[in-house]
Amino acid sequence: MPQPQAPSPSDATSLQLDQALQLVLQSGRTIPEGEPGSTPWLQGLIDALVDLSSRDALTGLANRRSFELALAREADRVARSGEPALLLMLDIDHFKRVNDNHGHAAGDEVLRSVATALADSVRPMDLVARVGGEEFAIILPNCPAAFGAAVAERVRRSVERTPVMAGPGGSAIEVTISVGGAFAPQWVRSTPALWIERADQQLYHAKATGRNRVQLEASVASLVSTEEREALFETPHGMEEHDD
Amino acid sequence: MTEAPARRPRIMAVTSGKGGVGKTIVSANLAAGLVRLGERVLVLDADLGLANLDVVLNLFPKITLHDVFTGARTLDEAILPAPGGFSVLLAGSGMVEYSRMTPELRERLQEVVAEVASRFDRVLLDTGAGISDVVLYTVSLADEVLVVATPEPTSITDAYATIKVLATTQARRGLRLLVNQTRRAGEARGVHAQLQQVLDRFVTPSLDAPLQLDLLGEVPADAAVREAVQRRELLLEALPGAQASQALLAAAQRLQDSRER
Repeated sequence: MPQPQAPSPSDATSLQLDQALQLVLQSGRTIPEGEPGSTPWLQGLIDALVDLSSRDALTGLANRRSFELALAREADRVARSGEPALLLMLDIDHFKRVNDNHGHAAGDEVLRSVATALADSVRPMDLVARVGGEEFAIILPNCPAAFGAAVAERVRRSVERTPVMAGPGGSAIEVTISVGGAFAPQWVRSTPALWIERADQQLYHAKATGRNRVQLEASVASLVSTEEREALFETPHGMEEHDD
Repeated sequence: MTEAPARRPRIMAVTSGKGGVGKTIVSANLAAGLVRLGERVLVLDADLGLANLDVVLNLFPKITLHDVFTGARTLDEAILPAPGGFSVLLAGSGMVEYSRMTPELRERLQEVVAEVASRFDRVLLDTGAGISDVVLYTVSLADEVLVVATPEPTSITDAYATIKVLATTQARRGLRLLVNQTRRAGEARGVHAQLQQVLDRFVTPSLDAPLQLDLLGEVPADAAVREAVQRRELLLEALPGAQASQALLAAAQRLQDSRER
């Protein structure tokens, strides 16, 4: 069988790129710089397409595909390093009512607004994704157990405090979310699917116990109260201080 | 049914709240120390997630419990000889990539542990770190528990949490502690006293009987440990004169003495 030839840069001119360019333009991205068909130009086009295929079209957040990729990478990293990492699953409360009462355009506006509120309340290193209709997820690498609840609560409150002006006559629609979270099992190889399942279970609890709530799975650290922690590290009598 | 006479503890789980505290190295060298004291010892590498006893001991072939459960190998084939004179049974990460115990898996693991306990004087269960279902279940199969910690604050906190969970969910009232990688003599006593004091204050009041933490040993931070790991040799064999080796031998002796009582 003849070996397929590796394409040389000059072959690029014979590629059918119209549709790719159209998609890139339509998404609001710029056409790559450089001589059309040149290697840097092609690289620019590929980068734009990669970006396009990892984002959710409506909100601009990471889509389910890139979320799954990032989660697998994080689960693997945590298994080796033991660094704490938190996964939050979030769901807009009573979203169907928004669509039913105000129409789908208002629904889309709510989704975009929630997306912005989520992205604005976490660190740049955290990955915020839209993983389903009104479902979002946030991966927080290197998130100490003691901070997990505070971060999740900040996210919840940020959405609660951001009314969406998409009701009748530009009136406000009140939007809340429920949040479930689980830390990656440290030092143990696990699967991303199991991690999602554990966070989803907590989300289910948050929904079942009244919505607009945060519910995190208990972790080793959460079993130790602040009082106990302080008692563990207070200098006992008769123990000399030592220099390191 | 009449109660069997209290048997001497055979099965000891070695666990830690936090990973990376040297739990596996402690298990392997305690086992080698017990062999020197005349015991027949088996170490079951039950760290289903990140099993690494085979790496520490440079074991080959790597027949695992997973192979036994799938019927590919017999239990006898999976019991491997290790340097140091003890035997090893590797759980194999293939078994619980899922990090979850099915009822079937629980039953089979229990059968295997009971079987090897009848053939050896002592079985050490090298469990994973943390308090996952798998770890807690494996620990529940043991007669006694050794918690390994370092003097580092996160390790102490996680060890405390683990002890608390074992006291409340498995009704453990006596646990052993080994402090690894200490920087000065007597540091382990300080860690032990602090843990015992906080347990007395916060955990014991909710229990029917006081929770006793017994300090099994103190192993100093020692460059020899790293060297043995790099050479992929057992510390007690490669560098028997090292401080850490002597400390681990002393811990093995203490373990044996306490059993004779």
